[in-house]
Amino acid sequence: MEKFKSLPAATRSTIITYAMVVIAFLIMQGLLSVGAVSNSTQGLLVPICAYICMAISLNLVVGISGELSLGHAGFMSVGAFTGVVVSTALAGSGTSGPVRLLVAIFAAGVSAAIAGLLIGIPVMRLRGDYLAIVTLAFGEIIKNLLNNLYVGLDVRGLHFSMSDAASLGMAEGGKVVINGPQGAVGIDMISSFTAGFLLILFTLFVVLNLVNSRSGRAIMAVRDNRIAAESVGINTTKYRLMAFVVSAALAGMAGALYAMNYSAIVPKKFDFNTSILVLVFVVLGGMGNIRGGIISATLLTVLPEKLRFIGDFRMLIYAIVLIAVMLVSNNRALMERLHGLAGRFRKKGRAPSPAVASKDGGDLS
Amino acid sequence: MSFLTALINGISLGSVYAIIALGYTMVYGIAKMLNFAHGDVIMVGGYLCFCTVQYLGLPTLAGVILAVVGCTALGIVVEGLAYKPLRQAPSLAVLITAIGVSYFLQNSALLIWGADPKAFPSAVSFPSVKLFDGQLIINSITIVTVLAAVLVMVALTLFTSRTKMGKAMRACSEDKGAAQLMGINVDRTISMVFAIGSGLAAIAGVLLCSAYPTLTPTTGSMPGIKAFTAAVFGGIGSIPGAALGGVLLGIIEIMAKTYISTQLSDAIVFGVLIIVLLIKPAGLLGKLVPEKV
Repeated sequence: MEKFKSLPAATRSTIITYAMVVIAFLIMQGLLSVGAVSNSTQGLLVPICAYICMAISLNLVVGISGELSLGHAGFMSVGAFTGVVVSTALAGSGTSGPVRLLVAIFAAGVSAAIAGLLIGIPVMRLRGDYLAIVTLAFGEIIKNLLNNLYVGLDVRGLHFSMSDAASLGMAEGGKVVINGPQGAVGIDMISSFTAGFLLILFTLFVVLNLVNSRSGRAIMAVRDNRIAAESVGINTTKYRLMAFVVSAALAGMAGALYAMNYSAIVPKKFDFNTSILVLVFVVLGGMGNIRGGIISATLLTVLPEKLRFIGDFRMLIYAIVLIAVMLVSNNRALMERLHGLAGRFRKKGRAPSPAVASKDGGDLS
Repeated sequence: MSFLTALINGISLGSVYAIIALGYTMVYGIAKMLNFAHGDVIMVGGYLCFCTVQYLGLPTLAGVILAVVGCTALGIVVEGLAYKPLRQAPSLAVLITAIGVSYFLQNSALLIWGADPKAFPSAVSFPSVKLFDGQLIINSITIVTVLAAVLVMVALTLFTSRTKMGKAMRACSEDKGAAQLMGINVDRTISMVFAIGSGLAAIAGVLLCSAYPTLTPTTGSMPGIKAFTAAVFGGIGSIPGAALGGVLLGIIEIMAKTYISTQLSDAIVFGVLIIVLLIKPAGLLGKLVPEKV
């Protein structure tokens, strides 16, 4: 314990984050093995993992790099459909489920990274709200293009078309993998909770290592003061682009995991609302605070499901909770009083908790 | 002739976008916030007009007036409850709150009016205009929409340039601190802008629903995003920019639908926006403010 306390703050925080994820996974596994988890909650496990990965990866752009991205679901979508195509193409080759999942997620990451690079190069010319609107536009473009994408698979390989399924020109016995607006159907459901957990660990590993590296410090320097960073010789475009592309790749991987949890998935699933959903996770968790993002992603995915018993009122409650949390956490007088109360129960000499979303985000974990 | 028809339809759709974009751009100009709930105020306006005509049996004009009054009140209430406490908060917190308000409005509408689409009664009843021996038919709603947009634009320009309140608005968007020192009530001015923006959204809602007569709780989302795009396209914060951006966006959308592809029209619209922003990073009429170090 003494040894743990003597570690640098960043390392300590990293260890706590990993420990939190591992412990949560072990508890969940324990509950699953004794059958204490209802079916509906079990169905939520993989989506929660995917959303946690999305929240961590978006945090890299919004929290660490300080750019508002409103099109993150687009990368998730690219990854999801790449993953489905790759996994379907490999289905006949006799590889086992986990191997196929691994290859599919990897391919999803690569394709989303390429999309991120193609989009990032023009986007990084802009700043602030203009950057936000262009990411929104790209998200909509991706959705629109995927809505018109037809992919077929037969003995001769993959066929692509942008008009309709009939023009794929497939041989006898070919299978339509992606069918335009109907999306992908008959997906092999090879995602599992364990795979989700491993993907979270991988995402954390990538993001935390990036944040605590030379590049990560450069990214944060650009966020805090672009002009000062530029004047000490930091290539601002390069580092902003780096954060954007890494984040896109991780979002693509999360998308593949998410898609292969369902038997069918439509391009409409990854629209503006999904981008916003992930952004809400990040902001409620505290910008730049990765642990907070993980917790809020979990809670906000579970909350609407648990509120299902009140039927149509659930999204109304969700909206009210969202507004209330934003109002309370930004009310300085109220937060100071809360901290005062909490301080009485706590040992003296500790800094107040980072629950207040400060302008440049809370601490980095 | 098909080109002219498309052009006229484009101008008509663009006029609706322009009215919505005006609300976005005014709120952004003064409060520096992206008001994502704006699109849902359009929907509320549509429903209010629908209810007055359908259930109370009043004429359409009464519906329009009621919608404008109702939405203006809604704008003031929402601003007072949700946005006013966040004046000093980081802009992302305000953005998330606006999204919360958007969810709230959509789901309230879902609870009150249900999910099934309502057939919107036509707001205008005079016959369409036929030109060139009937080769070119202009719908009455198209004419009304364009006229309404022009009227709104003129009124708004006069308001911001001639009245005291309008001057206060311009002063606040230029420099809030200096405006306050000059004795302008900044808080009240911001509330006023929200009220005007919401009133405009109501008009846009009625026009939009008259042209595309189905009304659901999510009717406002996509036009909201498009109009927001239009506001940025023209240079966000600039009133003539919003009008120009809206009309151009409408024309591009209808042209893309007519001549290129119906399915890919959205991708084309957003693609054009991206290209414009890459060439002119502050939009068509926006001013690029240099950073001072």
